[in-house]
Amino acid sequence: MEGTLTHKILSRKAGRAVSPGEIIVVDVDLAYAHDGTAPLAIKVMEESRTLMKVADPEKVALVIDHASPPPTVAAATVHRQMREFARRFGVKLFDVGEGICHQVIPESGLVKPGMVVLGADSHTVTLGAFTAFATGVGSTDIAVAFATGKTWLKVPDTVKVELQGTLEEPLMGKDVILKLIGEVTASGLTYKAVEFVGEGVRTISVASRMTISNMTVEAGAKAGIFPTDGKLISWYEERFGYSPKPIQPEDNASYEEELNLNLSNLEPQVAAPPNVDNVHPVSEVEGVEVDQVFIGSCTNGRFEDFLMAAKILKRGRVRQGVRCVAIPASRRVYIDLIRSGIAEMLANAGCVLAHSTCGPCIGAHLGLLAEGEVAVSTTNRNFTGRMGHKDSKVYLVSPATAAASAITGRLTDPREFIGGG
Amino acid sequence: MGVVRISVLKFAGRAWVFGDNISTDHIISGKYKFGSISTLEGMLPHLFEEVKPGFHEKVREGDVVVAGRNFGMGSSREHAPALLKMAGVRAIIAKSFARIFYRNAINLGLPPIEATLIPEVTEEGDTIEVSLIEGKVCNVDKDLCENFRPFPNEILKVIAEGGIVAYIKNHGGLPWGTG
Ligand code: SF4
Repeated sequence: MEGTLTHKILSRKAGRAVSPGEIIVVDVDLAYAHDGTAPLAIKVMEESRTLMKVADPEKVALVIDHASPPPTVAAATVHRQMREFARRFGVKLFDVGEGICHQVIPESGLVKPGMVVLGADSHTVTLGAFTAFATGVGSTDIAVAFATGKTWLKVPDTVKVELQGTLEEPLMGKDVILKLIGEVTASGLTYKAVEFVGEGVRTISVASRMTISNMTVEAGAKAGIFPTDGKLISWYEERFGYSPKPIQPEDNASYEEELNLNLSNLEPQVAAPPNVDNVHPVSEVEGVEVDQVFIGSCTNGRFEDFLMAAKILKRGRVRQGVRCVAIPASRRVYIDLIRSGIAEMLANAGCVLAHSTCGPCIGAHLGLLAEGEVAVSTTNRNFTGRMGHKDSKVYLVSPATAAASAITGRLTDPREFIGGG
Repeated sequence: MGVVRISVLKFAGRAWVFGDNISTDHIISGKYKFGSISTLEGMLPHLFEEVKPGFHEKVREGDVVVAGRNFGMGSSREHAPALLKMAGVRAIIAKSFARIFYRNAINLGLPPIEATLIPEVTEEGDTIEVSLIEGKVCNVDKDLCENFRPFPNEILKVIAEGGIVAYIKNHGGLPWGTG
């Protein structure tokens, strides 16, 4: 694994060259939990008095995003407990409406290249888009990281995914990662750190990289990392006036496994129920009737996602009988949608635009499915019943495919409305 | 290793054999995790109930689990390794582990050992010897040994004391300093 991004980041943290399979102890640069996982972490800390402390409040964040604002008394109680914890230990709290953890944390500038980040949520891998080694852990792990500032990690094998060609509208990061998951299967990258390199990376926006990193865990990966290139550096400069020190893999980096993906001849991809690796090009599943379209979540709730949806919905409107729910992943995205006029366009087209929350992604609130209903969704999991009734179905797609399907009321190739031919 | 009892790091036990892809749902069905039963004690009788009926009655303190690939896949609540430990299982030897299960098992003091040959040859009831310090696992009945990469000392200490929270309770901090 010499010379890989993972090797570089973890070796620097460990203070020596690491190799796959060994267990290392490292400082954690950032640790976070949300309202689904923080309660158990706080309980672990309370049960052991020596753990009831925070090593460095600057490196800890709590995010209220899963059931937000609280739809139940139980959720409200959990949120209150999180606020109390945050106040007591002086840690950062992202309260109701600020956004989904994997979105607000990078947006706030808390993640930088080279960091080791732990989140008590499997989609923490999203932050690999920022050249961080970011991975999801359980409640005991996060409690220990909060209290001691350290964790142990087993050094993973590294897999290179060489991206060739150019990603062109209306293709998005979602199509890239769905294609990859379809190829390698849901367990194909178990325990591995995936690194995305090659010419094609340049053509993928930071937002789409987040989508790609986000779903690497659906193939079992421990991390999904992008190098620091010009695009990422500008992302930091525009927002924070700061240029991160780039981390790139060595040219001769040795990977345990190498895969190739050509972006140029990619078709829009769909993960059909009930498994994330049940992936088909849209042409194979076109025409499935749709009851709900959801555009949002930590996978696809960013500005570019709604911009793409709006471009397509300009050419039509949400079909009668279909509900289209659009939920920005953070308040900042929400404000950008209002300022840019996209919010109005989406509302005019017939979408329901809600405040920032995980919402229907886990069937918490704001758009559940009845028995037999079908959703086309930009989220990351399509297990039967995830968004509502146990006999409801979820098809995972990009925001472009979601918007096109909202117009026609059936699963539709977005190239019928935009780009392509 | 100082105060650590050697028996915790070197032991022998009877094998319970499982195949590939044993999920946390096979270990303890989701319906018990979130249904009417809320305590670990209450869930214990349902351990492996579908893949190995009666396991709960027959398992003895110090037994080991031997399994194939991807042990502990699926929803990775900490109930699954916690129940195995409560039932008396002392170690799990598998071809590979699901990532979060692996972490949870170590954090709870239940050593997850990655081996390739032992899972191939082991039959139910064989005696398995493990030395965590040497990084060696043997099937006594088949007269076959295999080395695995030993855990670092700090992790051995965590395992020996019954998990990371127990360790911190006993020592006021982690074996790798700080805390
Ligand atoms: S949006 Fe969905 S996948 Fe993302 S953190 Fe929330 S519940 Fe999890």
